[in-house]
Amino acid sequence: MPVIINGSAATLPSDPRVSLLDFLREGLQLSGTKKGCNQGACGACTVLVDGERVLSCLALAVQFDGRQVTTIEGLSDDAGLHPLQQAFIEHDGFQCGYCTPGQICSAIGMAAEAKRGLPSHVSADLTAGVTLTREELQERMSGNLCRCGAHNGIIDAIRETVAAEMAP
Amino acid sequence: MTPFSFTRATDPDEALRLFAGNASYLGGGTNLVDLMRETIARPERLVDVTALSDTIEETADGGLLIGAAVRNTALAEHLGVRTRYPMLSRAILAGASAQIRNMATVGGNLLQRTRCLYFYDSEGSRCNKRAPGSGCDAIEGFNRNHAILGASPACVATHPSDMCVALAALDATVHLATAGGARTLPFTALHRLPGEHPEIDTVLEPGELITAIELPPLSVAANSTYRKVRDRASYAFALVSVAAAMEIEGGRIGDVRIALGGVAHKPWRATKAEAALRGRPATEAVFRDAALAELADATRLSDNSFKVELVTRTVAAVLADLAGAAA
Repeated sequence: MPVIINGSAATLPSDPRVSLLDFLREGLQLSGTKKGCNQGACGACTVLVDGERVLSCLALAVQFDGRQVTTIEGLSDDAGLHPLQQAFIEHDGFQCGYCTPGQICSAIGMAAEAKRGLPSHVSADLTAGVTLTREELQERMSGNLCRCGAHNGIIDAIRETVAAEMAP
Repeated sequence: MTPFSFTRATDPDEALRLFAGNASYLGGGTNLVDLMRETIARPERLVDVTALSDTIEETADGGLLIGAAVRNTALAEHLGVRTRYPMLSRAILAGASAQIRNMATVGGNLLQRTRCLYFYDSEGSRCNKRAPGSGCDAIEGFNRNHAILGASPACVATHPSDMCVALAALDATVHLATAGGARTLPFTALHRLPGEHPEIDTVLEPGELITAIELPPLSVAANSTYRKVRDRASYAFALVSVAAAMEIEGGRIGDVRIALGGVAHKPWRATKAEAALRGRPATEAVFRDAALAELADATRLSDNSFKVELVTRTVAAVLADLAGAAA
């Protein structure tokens, strides 16, 4: 069974050592997904698999047959940027830009988690539903590091877009 | 990464059949893939077990049976866990990052290896866990993160899991499949202390497969929580952590469960502290004395003696919160 990358079927590599990250970048020339630490510490390689955010560097590509993978390349279309991409520009949510694709994919996965009521480490009540305060967003996005220090702009961009959709 | 073959199992029998020789079961890969990339783990055969049970079922006696392939996020999110065993949801949500929790399985969480930096430094450091008999560079090295309970002259590493600390406090049971049939094991008997063989983390036989974790019905667990103390506010391993559940009856402590993380080679069930609490008044002095009773045999390395006071204060703070919630 092939893997579906941004809506298109792709044949998985025969060598089981290939990570999902290297398959995307080297096998499919989808270099939008970035290799930061390559050990699960920075979040730069975050992609969406069946809508859930995961680290493609710690994933063996062979485990993903039949799954739907969305990368940063799959978020924009001919009509233009994804609203979150536009918000990152408007809020200075980056300097060098290396963590940005992972930040954006992570934020989209995060919004889906919050919408279905998943609590976080800083949620005072585990069952009361989620309000995406600044503190909640900081905790929920803590798996994505930005060494330029653009975190405040990143949180602003997320608050204005995906988090605003959830406001009561 | 050294070369390996990859196969996928759809049920426990097939997994046991496919496991042969120098093999490893593969869950979400969040620890094993990293260890393989560092060539610390060099399996010749990987058996993917993520297609095994990923359901959470009510048991006849009112507990929960959690399939080994349940993802960490799904377990933390389960409404029955959030309401009846909140310490377990809180422990999972305090661990790793959201991306890793989406990938990591329950079975894999139990079998993750220590994050001792000397264990990872395969080119520059001695480590009895990685290379048995080579020595331990942590004991005389940077050991701020290392064990204060149950350590040995061979190894002072700690178990890194948050989820496992809650499972230790909750009297969970591990369901196992072997070629000879199925068996169960108390969760607290799964992990070993290092002794002279720190390279062996658990009592599992080669090829033995974790199929599920069972939580017993436990009324005290409804008033429970997990507190993790770490160097930054999120996405870091614990310096120390406390999972605790407590009931107050007529101003005195009734049922109480405590387990500690970040202090030992295994999730540490604090039975001495529990014994020192039952039937006593719920006061800060009693809480502190109970923690100190547990720590009576604590050993201190050059950089980690702070953990004794940190555990004491964290236990006291967590119990004070639970006493307030029970009042």
